[in-house]
Amino acid sequence: MTKNKEILDKLDDKYKYGFITDIEADTVPCGLSEDIIRMISAKKSEPQWLLEWRLKAYRYWLTMQEPHWAKLSFEPIDYQALRYYAAPKQKTAPKNLSEVDPQLLETYNKLGIPLKEQEALAGVVAVDAVFDSVSVATTYRAQLAQKGIIFCSISEAIKDHPELVQKYLGSVVPYTDNFYACLNSAVFTDGSFVYIPKGVRCPVELSTYFRINARGTGQFERTLIVAEDDSYVSYLEGCTAPQRDENQLHAAIVEIVVLNNAEVKYSTVQNWYPGDKDGKGGVYNFVTKRAACRGINAKISWTQVETGSAITWKYPSCVLQGDNSVGEFYSVAITHNCQQADTGTKMIHIGKNTRSKIISKGISAGKSNQTYRGLVEVGAKAENARNYSQCDSLLIGRDCGSHTVPYIRNRNKTAVLEHEATTSKISDEQLFYCQQRGINEEEAIGLIVNGFCQEVMQKLPMEFAIEAGRLINISLEGSVG
Amino acid sequence: MLTPILEVKNLSARAGDKEIIKNFSLTINEGEIHALMGPNGAGKSTLAHVLAGKPNYEITSGSIKFLGRDLQQMKPEERATAGLFLSMQYPVAIPGVSTANFLKHAVNAKRKYNQQKELDAAEFLKLLRTESAALNIPAEMLKREINVGFSGGEKKRLEILQMRLLQPALAILDEADSGLDIDALRIVAEGINRLHNEHNALLIITHHLDLLNQITPDFVHIYYNGHIVRTGDKKLAEELEENGYKNFVENE
Repeated sequence: MTKNKEILDKLDDKYKYGFITDIEADTVPCGLSEDIIRMISAKKSEPQWLLEWRLKAYRYWLTMQEPHWAKLSFEPIDYQALRYYAAPKQKTAPKNLSEVDPQLLETYNKLGIPLKEQEALAGVVAVDAVFDSVSVATTYRAQLAQKGIIFCSISEAIKDHPELVQKYLGSVVPYTDNFYACLNSAVFTDGSFVYIPKGVRCPVELSTYFRINARGTGQFERTLIVAEDDSYVSYLEGCTAPQRDENQLHAAIVEIVVLNNAEVKYSTVQNWYPGDKDGKGGVYNFVTKRAACRGINAKISWTQVETGSAITWKYPSCVLQGDNSVGEFYSVAITHNCQQADTGTKMIHIGKNTRSKIISKGISAGKSNQTYRGLVEVGAKAENARNYSQCDSLLIGRDCGSHTVPYIRNRNKTAVLEHEATTSKISDEQLFYCQQRGINEEEAIGLIVNGFCQEVMQKLPMEFAIEAGRLINISLEGSVG
Repeated sequence: MLTPILEVKNLSARAGDKEIIKNFSLTINEGEIHALMGPNGAGKSTLAHVLAGKPNYEITSGSIKFLGRDLQQMKPEERATAGLFLSMQYPVAIPGVSTANFLKHAVNAKRKYNQQKELDAAEFLKLLRTESAALNIPAEMLKREINVGFSGGEKKRLEILQMRLLQPALAILDEADSGLDIDALRIVAEGINRLHNEHNALLIITHHLDLLNQITPDFVHIYYNGHIVRTGDKKLAEELEENGYKNFVENE
């Protein structure tokens, strides 16, 4: 204990020098080491078991190689040059919005996230806003608590519900899973925790907004959702990031556990800074998202609209363990300018009568490159497994690329797997037709692209769908002419 | 006093190296109906496309004025919102875009241009219902993706519906009658006649007398080798029907 304190004091000294006043953030020095991990854990007053888990992950990570099998090219990432913890400077945690730094609220307002308004619109959406690494405001928790629903930051969950976190953390995405997941396990700073008790339907859409702000700060969120038997929840994740010149690493994990007859809908609109026209800057997004349908008749549905990031590496997956469980993946990915995306899903059929559906719509414009990479795997015991996959690509202009890489591994003769894929272009004839009716080129492209994605957009919750439709148009601005 | 809507003077245009329009002149005034007839490959559709501003054509000489403005300085969508409509011979399919949604965008683009309040969904649907019923277009068709899997007749009726909704100052109808059966032709002709008034004008490109029997043109032009070789009234079209283009094009 004394020794620990000594170390911490010493580290605190270092931290004082490393403190960057101009961004008013509470940070740790750059780089990654066991000491840094201990420091993060100490700052967050974490229990010993979690620190040890982080350290195990870190030691394992040291033995791993950054993966390069995706169709992505980027400058090597210097993991020692990154800063692994930054929190807005605040002496005590805010109890409600009025205690939140008004400047932070102002920033959210600029990003179009009217927290105050949302609080006023009681009961519409509960928001657990993450600014950099620490949750700064959580609303509606009390109302949800009446139903036994836990919706809080994962840091708070570690303090208040350690038994739940310890039971499920890493149970869907173990720290050994992959390079980025392992890194996240070692250094994750915050994220959301959702627990829906048995038989409860969550009455509101739960929503989290992430934002990357502090310069050169890697952001490593960790989200854990547990849906007990016969429960239901719809969770929305929306992201925006301000313009930055240097690349920012983002390696998040979302773990979802779905038990008997439970259903989880997870929707994402990702709008991080994609870099400028020449490919300078932008977020590197290496995310591991996975849901385990552990119970019978469990259902998970991923819906994502990806418009941002310089690099996207993301394969939200469904592990269909329970008999009759269902996995769905609906995706729209838009790349423009020099963006690169290698994204898709994995459907792992383990239980009997498991069903999965993949609808992927990729739109490439500018000089961007996009790959759909998907795996459908049917285990030996997955009698009567069904999968339907549809991957459509739309190309705008002549300099973009689109690739489809579907992997299928089938070890059961009773499985029925279907795969359809199309590639199309917005033709000059189509554009002229729109223009002849008074619709300008950009509006025409928005119209055609929105039409192309409609099947997926329909799966988004209403308010999200409108935002996402608008985002698609913004994302493709300047893709013609 | 005649007010010109379209004034084309000594227009020449080419696609690539091929000169398709050669020294073409035509003035269309308010209230007039002009018919342009000519053999296949004479470049009638090219003329329509050049007027509508389709890319890939280069105007080498001459001038085009539309409602007093230099048409060449206007983008295709500006020409459209300013009141130039082209009913296309081969309307293109746009998968994923519902017909009703497309039409709403078109109508609102024009309203925006005219600084009118854009129509909301309910107002637009009301307008759409009235106009589509008049053209015998079922509501079901408006829900389908625009021109995707439409029959030739459905496509043509949809073009006329758009013309009706957009109320152009000049409607260029490029073979609006091709592929239509007798009933459909009558419906299309009625739609066109209902649009026409003393303030707008029609340029009808056709091969057939049938349409001109239902929409009486003030002028019939015979178009050949990139320009007009003869102008007359409806009798000229009747003469053509009887004898073909032979007498007109041989002198060229």
